[in-house]
Amino acid sequence: MGSYVLRRLLQMIPVFIGSTFLIFVMVHALGDPVNALFGDRAPDPAVAAQIRAQYNLNDPLWKQYVLYMGRLFRWDFGTTFTGQTVTSQLAAAYPTTLKLTAVAFTIEVIFGIGLGLLSGLRRGRLADSSVLILTLVVISIPVFVTGYVLQYLVGVRWGVLPATVGFDVTLRSLILPGIVLASVSLAYVARLTRTTVAENSRADFVRTAVAKGLPRHRVVVNHLLRNSLIPVVTFLGTDLGALMGGALVTERIFNIHGVGYALYQGIVRQSTNTVVGFVTVLIIIFLLANLLVDLLYAVLDPRIRYA
Amino acid sequence: MSTSSTSAQPRAGRAGTGTGPLLEVRDLRVEFRTREGVAKAVNGVNYSVWAGETLAILGESGSGKSVSAQAVMGILDSPPGFVTDGQIVFKGRDLLTMGKEERRKVRGAQVAMIFQDALSALNPVHTVGAQLGEMFRVHHGTSRKEAREKAVELMQRVRIPAAKERVGDYPHQFSGGMRQRIMIAMALALQPDLIIADEPTTALDVTVQAQVMDLLAELQDEYHMGLILITHDLGVVADVADKIAVMYAGRIVETAPVHGLYAGPAHPYTEGLLQSIPRLDQKGLELYAIKGLPPNLLRIPPGCPFHPRCPRARTICREVDPPLFEVTDETGTPVPGRASACHFWKETLHGE
Amino acid sequence: MPDQEKYNEADPMAGAGTEEEEMQSAIENRQFDLGTMEGETLVKGERLADHPEAPSADERVVPRSLWQDAWRDLRTNPIFIVSSLLIVFLVLVAIFPSMMTSTNPLNCDLSKSQLGPTGGHPFGFDTQGCDVYARTVYGARASITVGVCATVGAALVGTVLGGVAGFFGRWPDSVISRVADIFFGIPILLGGLVFLSVIKNKSIWIVVAFIVVLGWPQLARIGRGAVITAKEQDYVTAARALGASNNRLMLRHILPNAVAPIIVVATIALGTYIALEATLSYLGVGLRPPTVSWGIDISAASDSFSVAPHMLLFPAGALSITVLAFIMLGDAVRDALDPKLR
Repeated sequence: MGSYVLRRLLQMIPVFIGSTFLIFVMVHALGDPVNALFGDRAPDPAVAAQIRAQYNLNDPLWKQYVLYMGRLFRWDFGTTFTGQTVTSQLAAAYPTTLKLTAVAFTIEVIFGIGLGLLSGLRRGRLADSSVLILTLVVISIPVFVTGYVLQYLVGVRWGVLPATVGFDVTLRSLILPGIVLASVSLAYVARLTRTTVAENSRADFVRTAVAKGLPRHRVVVNHLLRNSLIPVVTFLGTDLGALMGGALVTERIFNIHGVGYALYQGIVRQSTNTVVGFVTVLIIIFLLANLLVDLLYAVLDPRIRYA
Repeated sequence: MSTSSTSAQPRAGRAGTGTGPLLEVRDLRVEFRTREGVAKAVNGVNYSVWAGETLAILGESGSGKSVSAQAVMGILDSPPGFVTDGQIVFKGRDLLTMGKEERRKVRGAQVAMIFQDALSALNPVHTVGAQLGEMFRVHHGTSRKEAREKAVELMQRVRIPAAKERVGDYPHQFSGGMRQRIMIAMALALQPDLIIADEPTTALDVTVQAQVMDLLAELQDEYHMGLILITHDLGVVADVADKIAVMYAGRIVETAPVHGLYAGPAHPYTEGLLQSIPRLDQKGLELYAIKGLPPNLLRIPPGCPFHPRCPRARTICREVDPPLFEVTDETGTPVPGRASACHFWKETLHGE
Repeated sequence: MPDQEKYNEADPMAGAGTEEEEMQSAIENRQFDLGTMEGETLVKGERLADHPEAPSADERVVPRSLWQDAWRDLRTNPIFIVSSLLIVFLVLVAIFPSMMTSTNPLNCDLSKSQLGPTGGHPFGFDTQGCDVYARTVYGARASITVGVCATVGAALVGTVLGGVAGFFGRWPDSVISRVADIFFGIPILLGGLVFLSVIKNKSIWIVVAFIVVLGWPQLARIGRGAVITAKEQDYVTAARALGASNNRLMLRHILPNAVAPIIVVATIALGTYIALEATLSYLGVGLRPPTVSWGIDISAASDSFSVAPHMLLFPAGALSITVLAFIMLGDAVRDALDPKLR
């Protein structure tokens, strides 16, 4: 197992370099950051030159990238042109987004698997058809539409839950954004669970479990669900990355000052360090989540041997 | 399997539950309601098994042999499968009218099943120890630790080498023969009165087949269990079974004590099956094969369902579905336990 | 798929592939969205043997091909009929919007800003005083164009690269798979936010190109998996043993069998690409006015949702119905092509 982890970590390196370099190149194509810094005023050439030198802006792009990565390993994400360190921006934004993602993830797991199990066990019946139709509809409506409608109905019209979050991040205020963020993934999880449950419910080992005289709940939980969850766990792991991406939209709707907000501000202000820093951290999380899923897979499914 | 029994009710009274047979299936009917129509998989099947006795149910795939066993076990895929009629009397009580919970307690504890493909029948993500121990934990409420010890004992009982070390292994880590031994151990766990073995050796190598069959027979003798052996392999049957029921298109077409059947089949289908076994003393001769295919269960032919493939078929076969006739010997005395669903059983049995 | 191949192996050792395959299997488990997971089921389902005790097939019925069978199934499937009629309608609207309305979507009257539905203007007016109905009708063109072109592009690139990777294995597989990994490493919305904000004057084609660039790996993986599955079939081995050339194997034996899962996944992807375009436009990095797009209109309407919900709900409804139609179509096609569900 140890050598497998090591090998997977090594294999992640080219992917990490490729993805971050792509982002790096694109961000630097955003435009001249020094001009952006000065806005409409023409920058003082001497000051501009000094800033360029300070941020290695005169070097070729690949060299800038290498220098940047070198600093990154010393946990130095650089500073914005306004002097704020990106590390402090990360520290301010990430906890909020992680909280939101955690809430959404919990909702996704509980309701996704629950609905999928219900649907898969009653294949072809009313409950199954309802879940199928409902999930299709949820998948079809873009998140920002669901977001605004729920925000208006639940938050404004009925006033059940806070409609926006703002700076005061409470668990209660994250429920509504969490539901919106989870909605599409939840629908996928439900459909995937349904498919595997329905498939496995005809598996020989489930039949054996019934023939052993096990009570129904034990057959369902210990044999049917336990086996069906293997692909679902895989999906959930990779979906963590998607949830963080989806948070861009959700955060905007509910005015949450998280990663999406910071990133958006960074792009508008053409703050290269901010954008590259946030995206790099997102990619690291995404890759680590994938690694974690691989390992979890080995734990869940003894047939897969990682030599 | 001690003496060959020429009676359909051998050793009556040795059954632990009084005078009746251990299991009696009466007029069982099972159908599958599919999109294409209703497939009649089992059409009025009767058989009985006594304690210590082995009944072999013989037939091609699609003959309803496995489905009838699944109905006895209560593990029919439903939908699409439904038991539409009949009784399954086990130790004097009809399993079909029993409450769900009551029936569950019978499963595994009193009637156990051995499946054909142990690799897919065992749960791939649990250790064999956990799967064996589950029987004790669920039915007897045994502690986890004790269940594990019992699992090791069971594995030793079915002669799995290094049982103690291997109890924590997963099914895929065992060889095919060892996996089937685990299946047998699982069925034996609670010393049931009846074991249903559905093609227990089909998935195995020929050399391993004999070992597994011997083990099964030995354990059956030791625990004095009833055994229903479902197979399409006449070779397996001859050594182990006391009596045979041949199934075709969801009904029993012939029943006989094992040696009687081999000596002289009373149904053309059985005759065909016997002729299609390769024999060393007939080297060089072309092997016989029953022509045609088993009938589509959605459209079972009228009359005798075997008539389209039968070399003896005449007009009456196309029109009248033959009941199970009592079979008599040349002197006209009924042969106990023998019956044939053929209008021309006499000609088939006594030659013509 | 390789992990599923492992499950099917009776002998666990046979499932232990090379290092490369192993890693690939780990990665392949990952790309799940609706399209992918349904596609996976499809590929897997074709290999499942029938239940041994299932009623035997009627010998008198002439065997039909997978496609004939699927078509027979689809013709009677109400979901297929409804979704394909809807799609035909939407495509017609996209091509001939003037068929549905005579109002010019760019002809706006500020004095009518945010007015609700009235006679002659069933969907009311937006903030700029434009007719929401006309804009909703004209918005179909951008969405359908982006969806169809991006899907065709991604499917072509993905099928070719995935097919090459799956068929030849070894280094072409490694290279293509690693490149696909890099693109997969970037969450699509994140990539959109960064990449598309660079380009100032965006035509529809820029958005299409972006979706193709980030969308092809998904289809390449499906294609690769399907080709590997098809390659291992006995009849392909037989054809190879008989001396069929690579080209012939690829075109005559493998492609026809690999194409079904790709079609299913691509159809569903089409729906999600339409939603993606709208989301990008909503984030302000997708299409820009004067292009009429549902995403732009929804984004513009979102600020005044509580005052004038009609401005958001009508284009949002049109968008959702369009996405739903394509996803339903993909679903129906998958059901028809998946023999296991029969």
